[in-house]
Amino acid sequence: MAKNDLLGGSLWDQYSNKVTTLMNNPQHQGEITEEAAAEHGNKLIVADFGAESCGDAVRLYWEIDPATDTIVNSKFKSFGCGTAIASSDVMTELCIGKTVQEAVKITNIDVEMALRDTPETPAVPPQKMHCSVMAYDVIKKAAGLYMGVDAESFEDEIIVCECARVSLGTLQEVIRLNDLKTVAEVTDYTKAGGFCKSCIKPGGHEAREYYLVDILENTRKEMDKEKMAAAADAGSTGDFETMTLVQKIKAIDAVIDESVRQFLVMDGGNMEVIDIKASDEYIDVYIRYLGACSSCSSSTTGTLYAIEATLKEKLSSKIRVLPI
Amino acid sequence: MQVYMDNNATTMVDPQVLEAMLPFFSETYGNPNSLHKFGTASHPAISKAIDQVYTAINAADADDIVFTSCATESNNWVLKSVWIDKILNDDKNHIVTTEIEHPSVLSTCRFLEEQGVKVTYLPVNEQGIVEAHTVKSFITEKTALVSVMWANNETGMIFPIKEIGDICKEKGVLFHTDAVQAVGKIPVDLQEVHVDFLSMSAHKFHGPKGIGALYIKNSQELSPLLNGGEHMGGRRSGTLNVPYIVGMGKAIEIATQNIEAKMADIRAKRDRLEDALLETIPETMTVGDRENRTPNTILISIRGVEGEGMLWDLNNGQIGASTGSACASEDLEANTVMLAIGADNELAHTGIRLSLSRFTTDEEVDYVIEHFKNAVSRLRAISSSYAKVGPTKGGEVQECELHHH
Repeated sequence: MAKNDLLGGSLWDQYSNKVTTLMNNPQHQGEITEEAAAEHGNKLIVADFGAESCGDAVRLYWEIDPATDTIVNSKFKSFGCGTAIASSDVMTELCIGKTVQEAVKITNIDVEMALRDTPETPAVPPQKMHCSVMAYDVIKKAAGLYMGVDAESFEDEIIVCECARVSLGTLQEVIRLNDLKTVAEVTDYTKAGGFCKSCIKPGGHEAREYYLVDILENTRKEMDKEKMAAAADAGSTGDFETMTLVQKIKAIDAVIDESVRQFLVMDGGNMEVIDIKASDEYIDVYIRYLGACSSCSSSTTGTLYAIEATLKEKLSSKIRVLPI
Repeated sequence: MQVYMDNNATTMVDPQVLEAMLPFFSETYGNPNSLHKFGTASHPAISKAIDQVYTAINAADADDIVFTSCATESNNWVLKSVWIDKILNDDKNHIVTTEIEHPSVLSTCRFLEEQGVKVTYLPVNEQGIVEAHTVKSFITEKTALVSVMWANNETGMIFPIKEIGDICKEKGVLFHTDAVQAVGKIPVDLQEVHVDFLSMSAHKFHGPKGIGALYIKNSQELSPLLNGGEHMGGRRSGTLNVPYIVGMGKAIEIATQNIEAKMADIRAKRDRLEDALLETIPETMTVGDRENRTPNTILISIRGVEGEGMLWDLNNGQIGASTGSACASEDLEANTVMLAIGADNELAHTGIRLSLSRFTTDEEVDYVIEHFKNAVSRLRAISSSYAKVGPTKGGEVQECELHHH
């Protein structure tokens, strides 16, 4: 709570122009019939997610060229609020032209990014981030139908916060590494729980399998146990500078996964570690920026310093980060 | 044209009310507690406003009606002071209220529960009202207070206040009613019904925001919520808000004079609107028996059209309405009234409330009918509930999947 939170009722003011425009005039609203798809020699896939009694529902139509698995046309129908309709619309747009295998990689964050007017400003207020999650869920379901596999098989990790796409593994790591003690701290570090708030504790917007309160409690219990175990056989911890190259890459990757990557991804970018060269004076970490990061001006200034500072703090003061 | 149909949220200040208030800002501005003539100059106007409020609800001279800042304050005052007087400093420990009270009652009750008070939240029937016998069955020896609203803000449904008042009187339990949606809309006669405390708010009957009142029968004990100077006989401290008190008096007088005729006029427009919507738009339903509803309120559920989306389209058509849909709230919590009436039906997501006032015109009603139909057509064309091509085998939704509430 502070000055900017004093006045309520500004929900709609926080929608991007794109959300407003698409709500007023969705571009891909409609249906594709079996006959129309067959006429082009294509396969029709129709998937539902949600229901009217749940408050939001979406039906996704894909017309797929079976020779290439390419989604040549896509439509949607939606029972939902403005942001749900706009999210569905942009979702279909993102699907068109992609193969089914590529489409499955579209996340709710991609949908929300595509609704932004400018890369820095969120398209919807935090509690509406949830609307774009439906898009992600229905795509997985459609792809599962087409490929004849279970939709759940596309998910290789347990996602605790769907809005910010934060996994159970990430949460546990971040809690450990930063010695987090409250859910508010977990939200500050990972953004998990900062949107629709369902994953914080039972009783929110929707029931979840995992809640931040439990994850925090269990992780801290484990940490306490490990502390005791460590105290019992003290002195056997590894030192970054004496690690093998493979161990170093793993350690750096772990730090980036825990503390860096999610912030790049939130802004539409990413990074990868290319090589590590160690001398007596420095440990040079060569990285490559991906997506929006590669053209972002702060990738050679603020973001770079932040990555370097994190690695220095967590691993070794000798580290230099060099983008290539 | 733009049409305001959200009069259960707040109302326009009647120009006659504004006119009555204006002299008390820059002309007669003295503090009424001062002894000099600048202060006492406002006394006749305040006395008149007091008379107007007493007359409007037929209060006796032995009763107190204390001006407050709003009905939220009045509700907090009753609940918190009954807690202090009858629970902390006496042997009671229980409050009875309903599931569908205004947040100023519900969240105060939840606060009191945290302090150790037992609170019973009574369920409502399919009409959205609490039945008197239900209230009776939950009163115990330890019950300090029954708090039941006179009329509901979302549905307009009118509660059996006379019966509940009689039960409380018989059982010797204090009775409070939040009459915010009743005063000025339907007859409220405190000689006809037994009520210990009654909350009201001026901005619901074409008075200004920021002024309300609490009626206290027989000037009985109720510790002050605001301690301070000896304003309002020490019952509620704070310099008297003279222009607003004058405005509330004028507003309640206008609203309650010939109230039967005013009600009939609003009801005719409301019924015409309701009939037109129900008859011309298939798969719609309204909540609650019209005869037992405040004459200005319609709560309509439109199959396949989510409430916030509908509100958006109405707003684009220059119409102000309201929805209890979870999607339209800051916290994504579905409206408690909608959930209480029918936990699993779509009402919680598809309910639109239209609330008229005595300033609503026939042209406005026509305009709303037209635009309402257009908005429903557009949104149903997008709606998955009305899609014709069904899902691929295996692509159906079994239940709410992850989205169960």
